[in-house]
Amino acid sequence: MNRFKNEYAGRILVTICGGFLIVLTLIIAIFLIVRGSVTFTQFHHSVAEFLFSSDWSPEDSAGAYGGGVGSAIYIVGSLLTCGLALLIAAPFSIAAAVFITEISPELGTKLFQPAVEIFVGIPSVVYGWVGMTVLVPWIRDAFNAPMGGYSVLAAGIVLAVMIFPTITTVAADSIRSVSDNYRKAAYGLGSTRWQMIWHISLPAAMPGILTGIILGLARAFGEALAVAMVIGKTRAFPDSILSPTNNLTSAIASDMGNSANGGEMNMALWSMALLLFLISIACILVIHLISARSQKKMLGK
Amino acid sequence: MNEDSMKRIRKAERVNHFMTGLLYAVGGFFLVLLIVLAGYIIISGLRDLKPEYLSFTRQGIGNQFFNTVYLVFWSLLISVPIGVGAGVYMAEYAGDNKFTKALRVSMEALSSLPSIVVGLFGYLVFILTFGFQWNLLAGALAVSILSLPSITTTTEDALRSLPKSYKQGSMALGATHWKAITTVLLPAALPRIITGVILAAGRGFGEAAALLYTSGQSTVLNWNNWNLTSITCPLNPMRPGETLALHIWVLRTEGALHANSTEVANVAAMILVLLTLGFSISARILTWRINRKSTGEK
Repeated sequence: MNRFKNEYAGRILVTICGGFLIVLTLIIAIFLIVRGSVTFTQFHHSVAEFLFSSDWSPEDSAGAYGGGVGSAIYIVGSLLTCGLALLIAAPFSIAAAVFITEISPELGTKLFQPAVEIFVGIPSVVYGWVGMTVLVPWIRDAFNAPMGGYSVLAAGIVLAVMIFPTITTVAADSIRSVSDNYRKAAYGLGSTRWQMIWHISLPAAMPGILTGIILGLARAFGEALAVAMVIGKTRAFPDSILSPTNNLTSAIASDMGNSANGGEMNMALWSMALLLFLISIACILVIHLISARSQKKMLGK
Repeated sequence: MNEDSMKRIRKAERVNHFMTGLLYAVGGFFLVLLIVLAGYIIISGLRDLKPEYLSFTRQGIGNQFFNTVYLVFWSLLISVPIGVGAGVYMAEYAGDNKFTKALRVSMEALSSLPSIVVGLFGYLVFILTFGFQWNLLAGALAVSILSLPSITTTTEDALRSLPKSYKQGSMALGATHWKAITTVLLPAALPRIITGVILAAGRGFGEAAALLYTSGQSTVLNWNNWNLTSITCPLNPMRPGETLALHIWVLRTEGALHANSTEVANVAAMILVLLTLGFSISARILTWRINRKSTGEK
């Protein structure tokens, strides 16, 4: 009995905690799949229509259906803003990671690490708010943008600032873990520091850097309010990066509460949530694939 | 050495200098960006600060501030025991089996979930399924789903980074594995776990997307009402509880209706940034102390 109290009770308790996490994940997945697939099962829309059509005119009352649930505008909006954010953030983040690992590790740990933590700590609505009150008017004045500066560009920049800490931290960890023997060998052969970074450090750290970029992409895809505040939310494909559009998360954030529960529109929004969930799972899978491949390479197979 | 290779070396050196300069510039750019950004938020908050904005009334954001802290309190109450428990399992009991693998995968999936999706899940379960009105507890549950993976990971890492001799010593003295965990390992890992909890709390303060459809976008509190079942009682967790971050989201569209909504949002943004800043700085000081203690410096 004593043995039970002193060992097994505790062991069972923490195992239940672990089991709870598994169950929670499964429940989230099941709820999203059940709710998100109604569009396709009950309302008889095809997945292709949902993904590739831009006819968004769902019925908004419980039980009624027959409208269009084409979400291509939202999907393209998400892809464009995230793509732009990566295009801006990835080079800068990798450069910052190289700076804090190879150029000045001392400044890196003393100044940069805390600074990056502060970037992470700023809440996303605050990013959105600054984007809306500073960046959007600036884009309007600087580029003469239509719709008062609410644009793909604004969303891309806000997202870039938000994902930069993620990419930088992961990339820096990966560069740091490159064996020092590689560096010594490169210097021994007469490389300059940049040649060593470009030909040795970066290629060796590439799997980790890619992981960082994908984590950043996942974060950008899932970000809702900051983007919703600057993207303009117009239901049209953007003509240029200066024109407004809409994306998945903004549509969910602004329309979920206004749509009739159980209606076609409501269910289409749940399908978008399911799509976001699948994208985040896909990102994890890609990361696993990258690390499995690089491990294989390391073992020389 | 012939002319050609000298040229190549000089070129390589020039490129090296140029890239070093460029990387310094990028590093400097980020620091300047951060200082400008944080400085802008804090200065415009201070500029627009008026005493009535801090009051616990409809005009002020006192109620929202209270909701933010109260919601994070509830979310930690839920996520810390479960997260620490799961972390102990991962560090101490996890065998090389399917259960452990499933747990790892689950944690990864949970930590990469977009917060709006978690918010929708909360909406579906706590609001639609159980038929509650918007309530603070539903928001706290959503936030605790978001902080569970990080608390679990920190606990696991904290326990794993302890010297093996701690466990061996206590078990050699006759303690069971569980006794060793509760009396020796957890106390030793506590500072690190607390650091992780502080960071999770800091993120909780700024969460908004997960709360949109759980804790509600309004709040009415009566500070003389202490009847816990009343929906205006501040301590009742089953009442709508708009937080600071959510308040900024709500205010963004009200510029036309209320002239001072921009000012209030600026003040709210400042308070949020100071709050998260304060938490991440205190986590940092704690980490620094742990490191100093463990390396034996004074």
